Amino acid sequence: MLHAIDHDPEPPRLADRAEDNLRFIRSAMESSSRFTEVSGVGMLLIGVTAVAATLVAAAQSSDRAAVLVWEAEAVVAVAIGVLATLHKARGRWQRLLAAPARKFALGLMPPLAAGGVLTFVLQREELFDLLPGMWLVIYGAAIAAAGAFSVRILPALGFSFMAVGTLAFLAPSGWAWWLLGTGFGGLHIVFGAVIARRYGG
Amino acid sequence: MAETDAARQPTPPDEGSPRRASSAERAIARSPQLDSVIHERTRLGLVSALAANERLSFVELKSLLGATDGNLSAHARKLEDAGYITAHKRFEDRVPRTEYELTPAGREALQRYVEHMEALIRVARGR
Repeated sequence: MLHAIDHDPEPPRLADRAEDNLRFIRSAMESSSRFTEVSGVGMLLIGVTAVAATLVAAAQSSDRAAVLVWEAEAVVAVAIGVLATLHKARGRWQRLLAAPARKFALGLMPPLAAGGVLTFVLQREELFDLLPGMWLVIYGAAIAAAGAFSVRILPALGFSFMAVGTLAFLAPSGWAWWLLGTGFGGLHIVFGAVIARRYGG
Repeated sequence: MAETDAARQPTPPDEGSPRRASSAERAIARSPQLDSVIHERTRLGLVSALAANERLSFVELKSLLGATDGNLSAHARKLEDAGYITAHKRFEDRVPRTEYELTPAGREALQRYVEHMEALIRVARGR
């Protein structure tokens, strides 16, 4: 192999080197313009509160009460998410107003807004059984879209949520609420731990 | 700190094994129009990152490029001396913070460097 390298004609090697330099430039530009303040620790905490919500919701006598428990959990999760992001960005506040953070937010918002509208409609029609699958799929879509502008593992989290959500639609009724816990509890804990370890908090 | 793709980049040419720090690399470095200020890997990464962001702080650049304090300051100084970047120093809660910004000259230098590499590829592969 080394023999072959040594006797390679010069021009292709020159081109390889030049291409490598161009790749390096592109990668330095791309990785510097990603939103990296996603907090793995925050995600882990959200996962833990979601496990608690799963247990509290399961103890409720009606679907309507279980829905309310999960809606309260959503408020808690958003609060944790915002605080954890602010904590991770400490001392670098301007990063939260910079282009990567804006693109991240723009990816996240439209699916979440759609989820809000659908929650309102399904709840009004009392189609409570459809809520867990819808929440999982919509949240997954939001994370996958926002993740395109962030650390590489995030789209994988989004697609995992969408897969669990699809399962929640297909599985026998009654499973959906446990799958909701698996997604918002389990996936957040696993991916949160990986992000915290790999991306500094 | 956040592990970044830039930090995981292929080994810089000047740190590779002697056999692979090839004659191709030497040929690129020798070519007359090559801007040696920008050609060095850490400085190339620094300028590229600044080309994609209005401003980046010393800490952000350090984590992006996987550089040490001393290493990054030395390279940043060299780019400042060449007029390719400017440093903005200020205090935040009594902690000094340095932010860097690419100058128009720095942007032109990066553009020239990219064109130079593209020309090398065309010449080597185009025939």
